[in-house]
Amino acid sequence: MSMLHFVPNPVACWPLPGPATPALSVDGLCVTRGGRQILRQVSTAFAAGVVTVVVGPSGAGKTTLLNVLNGLVEPTGGEVFAHDFGAPHGVDSLRSSDSWAALRQHTATIFQDHALIGRLSALDNVLLAFAESRHPLSPFPWPRFAREAAAKALADVGLLDRAFDRVENFSGGERQRIGIARALARGPRLLLGDEPFSSLDQPLARRLGQDLRALAVRDGVTLVLVLHQIALARALADRIVGLNDGRVVFDGPAEIFDAEAEASVFTSTPNTKGS
Amino acid sequence: MTEMAQPAAYDALAGEWRRRQTRRLAAIFLATAAVIAAFAYAGALDFSRYADALPTIAQLAQDSFPPDFARWREWGRPLLETLATGIAGTALGATLALPLSALAARNAGAPVWLNETVRFWLGAVRSLPGLIWGVIFVAAVGFGPLPGVLALGVHSTGMLGKLFFEALEHVEPGPGAALRAQGASRLGVFRFALLPQALPRLTDALIYRLEHNLRAATTLGIVGAGGFGLEIVTAFHLFEYREASALILVLLALITLVNFFGATLRRAMLRGF
Repeated sequence: MSMLHFVPNPVACWPLPGPATPALSVDGLCVTRGGRQILRQVSTAFAAGVVTVVVGPSGAGKTTLLNVLNGLVEPTGGEVFAHDFGAPHGVDSLRSSDSWAALRQHTATIFQDHALIGRLSALDNVLLAFAESRHPLSPFPWPRFAREAAAKALADVGLLDRAFDRVENFSGGERQRIGIARALARGPRLLLGDEPFSSLDQPLARRLGQDLRALAVRDGVTLVLVLHQIALARALADRIVGLNDGRVVFDGPAEIFDAEAEASVFTSTPNTKGS
Repeated sequence: MTEMAQPAAYDALAGEWRRRQTRRLAAIFLATAAVIAAFAYAGALDFSRYADALPTIAQLAQDSFPPDFARWREWGRPLLETLATGIAGTALGATLALPLSALAARNAGAPVWLNETVRFWLGAVRSLPGLIWGVIFVAAVGFGPLPGVLALGVHSTGMLGKLFFEALEHVEPGPGAALRAQGASRLGVFRFALLPQALPRLTDALIYRLEHNLRAATTLGIVGAGGFGLEIVTAFHLFEYREASALILVLLALITLVNFFGATLRRAMLRGF
């Protein structure tokens, strides 16, 4: 990965609601795959303690944007800036894999398809949140802090009593909660969620969404969610980024994401609005 | 979707559909022709050659009955030799195959040139039959079970390496991506995401190979690698068909026992112990 820059002194690169400063920003981001442009010159910023929700029609590039932020997709153009994520070498570390490693230490992702291992227990799956803190060849069991954090995360999503059940025996909604538990167990400073509530019923989706929101506000977590439920997006977001055909067509406070703005995001004609 | 739109949609696909069907039929025809040609070349379609086969086999079966277990006390040691050769050869093969399969699998993080190099060598190693490896290792380290262990170990590395990397490549990519996204190393992704998912298939391959190696360990006796095979071959050479049939029954019992043990082990692995 060569596109990630650490900026030691947080600088507001993009207008953000209120006094928030960016924790992560992207500038002129382009991603091309199989000859198809998935992201086109995307520039925006994500602030700590602020819930940013990315919305847009299918194929707009929402998941790809999230996967650029967690380093799974390498952009073909543009840059990613990480501000104040404990970069080990300051300005010297620009464009280095060390920079990505430093950011990833603080990153957790909730995946749309859960990304769980069916034949392992719920607890074993949540423990994978600590995979990089245990040597792969270690014959010893998971350290106590990891087991405690995993148990607490499972309790937080209401699945502690089924900790030793195999994931393949859980429903889709329960698996999603295990995926959320795995992400929360890391105590991340950057939490990315790709349709994290798509398999949940509405009341549970709202409750877990509000829990994530409270966590972001309380602990200053940078929370970026991709959601297709617009009502839920409005309820949770401080800020909404609307993508259409790989372009940012709305970027502003959730309060001004009205019906007209929604229509501009979900129709094919790019129509920039917001701050 | 309107009713008018459907024929147009069908017409758009029809050409490509027909091309695909033609290609599929051509492939089936060619495969069938190749199989018939192989049978013909091997003389399997010369039915006159089967005329004497059934009576000869019937005579052999008659000569082999009832099985003669009189020398059973002398079979313990060669039986143990065969068992040890099969188990140690499989363990050696699996130990070498696992890291090599991680280097050969496209999804485990090794560069493509290394994938290809390891795949080439795994192919080269398994292209020589275990019996040839047996001849080579008898020449290298002398008679007895040791050349059998080495021969089965090397050949199993090639076979298990292929089966293992194919099993690794069939796992769901999601869990591995989740670990990469949080900064796990390549080895970490292999250990914590790929291996747990592939484990049932790796266990299947291992148990199948153990069963195969126990049979192969008996054949290796023919080239001087000791074991039960030497007893069977000697009995046949001395026209002691009744003793040979008793030895074959003992071997059958051993293989059945190993299959039962393997199935139990697999169930335990799938349960997660």
